[in-house]
Amino acid sequence: MASAAPGGIDLEGVTKRFGDLVALEDVSLRVPADGVTGIVGPSGCGKSTLLEIVAGLEQPTAGTVSVEGASTPGARLERCALMPQSDLLLPWRDALGNASVALENAGGGRRRARAEAAPLFARLGLDGFERRRTWELSGGMRQRVAFARTLLAGKDVLLLDEPFGALDAITRAELQEWLTDALRVEPRTTVLVTHDVEEALLVCDRVAVMSARPGRVVLELDAGFGGGERAATIASPPFLEARRRALEALR
Amino acid sequence: MSRVRAQLAWMVVLAALVAAWQAYVRLRGVPQYVLPAPTDVGRTLWDERGPLASAGGVTAREMLAGFALALGFGVAAAIALHASATVRRAVYPLLVASQSVPVVAIAPILVIYLGFGLAPKLVIVALVCFFPVTVAALDGFRSVDPEHVRVMRTLRASRTAIFRRVELPWALPSMFTGMRVAASYAAVAALFAEYAGSGSGLGDAMREGTAQYDAPLVGAAVVVLAGLALALFGAVTLIERLTIPWSRRVE
Ligand SMILES: Nc1ncnc2c1ncn2[C@@H]1O[C@H](COP(=O)(O)OP(=O)(O)OP(=O)(O)O)[C@@H](O)[C@H]1O
Ligand SMILES: [Mg+2]
Repeated sequence: MASAAPGGIDLEGVTKRFGDLVALEDVSLRVPADGVTGIVGPSGCGKSTLLEIVAGLEQPTAGTVSVEGASTPGARLERCALMPQSDLLLPWRDALGNASVALENAGGGRRRARAEAAPLFARLGLDGFERRRTWELSGGMRQRVAFARTLLAGKDVLLLDEPFGALDAITRAELQEWLTDALRVEPRTTVLVTHDVEEALLVCDRVAVMSARPGRVVLELDAGFGGGERAATIASPPFLEARRRALEALR
Repeated sequence: MSRVRAQLAWMVVLAALVAAWQAYVRLRGVPQYVLPAPTDVGRTLWDERGPLASAGGVTAREMLAGFALALGFGVAAAIALHASATVRRAVYPLLVASQSVPVVAIAPILVIYLGFGLAPKLVIVALVCFFPVTVAALDGFRSVDPEHVRVMRTLRASRTAIFRRVELPWALPSMFTGMRVAASYAAVAALFAEYAGSGSGLGDAMREGTAQYDAPLVGAAVVVLAGLALALFGAVTLIERLTIPWSRRVE
């Protein structure tokens, strides 16, 4: 039985099958409230599926999921915002209109929604691109717009599926630091899926490593290497040790 | 420059066809009541411009009003068919089957029921245009990427918000395709309707011309009708370009 935790996400023995294919097998994971938990794993091990289950978009074949104590799909959906792996921006909306869509959905009105979204938009380095069409944005910009859209949903739980995948190394590092800072100022329960072990260790408090299909959690690591000076952190022995262990588990 | 050249191509072909037609009629001495020369048609177009314009006006009104009716009912029907699987199962097969009933066959019946006024023409044009609009709109709704809908659900979107911000815009390009098909049917449908019983319109002018072996008049009416069909088609295309400029940018 999953304990009725005050916050955070609880997965207990979650299994997901698509027909004969076992995508997830007996995954148990606790994501503490207001913490950042990373999930790394090889392609196809069920990371995206896991996020969709948490979000209430999919139901597990077996096992239980609860988000802030709520276990029905509808209640989970209410609490989670999902940033999909492919940005899924709407081409009929301009950049700011995409970022502010959740505010409009909540009934704020178009103008108010845009005004409310603008500061975050600027903080993500997108000022001047408010009215650009989605196809005029670079891959990295599209991802930042999608990221802004997720944050602006104002949910307690953020599920980020490879949020920085399409970014160049420099922007990526910048946004990793920005995310760390933003979550420190305004903590949210966050699950960050990434294929990049370093990113997971730098941004997350804890990292779960998953095995190849059928996906299961094979290692959980304490991370929390963010905040310091990046170059020094990456070269420090504890970081290197954590990285070694994660890579070993991945192999 | 290249655009002008692209337009030039069809003009040259058209001019060559007209010239060949003219040469054939003149060189072979084909009598005018069998096949009028383009110059004969042209002369009638000019001499009869008053009656042709008012007949064209009548037909244009029938086309436009019937088309508008079909658009309204077609989109509404597509929304109903899309929203409810029950409605779809109950109505869609019948809708498809109804297309095997030729409008030519029911036109006289409608005239009997609705008289010789505008009403039967509107109904006939609307009936003919309804199907392509409905099917295309429904196709558009059914082709919506479910991933977009799923993401929107985590972004506070209600069922209506999903319809407004994802499904409807997504279906628009397909709807316009249906509208273009319907626009090209509208002229023929209006003509049928007028043939079935009417004292005005281009169909009436053509019936008159045929009865009096006035082939140039029939030809002139055909030219006006083709002009109307092209104008409606062009208007739909223009509105499409103005309202959904993004559609040529995605996939
Ligand atoms: N709706 C579905 N129907 C059938 N199979 C699915 C479905 N969704 C996912 N799968 C399968 O489940 C497995 C896990 O997919 P998932 O997308 O969760 O992997 P992932 O870890 O996110 O991979 P990647 O790192 O490449 O994004 C894959 O084998 C995939 O083909
Ligand atoms: Mg994935």
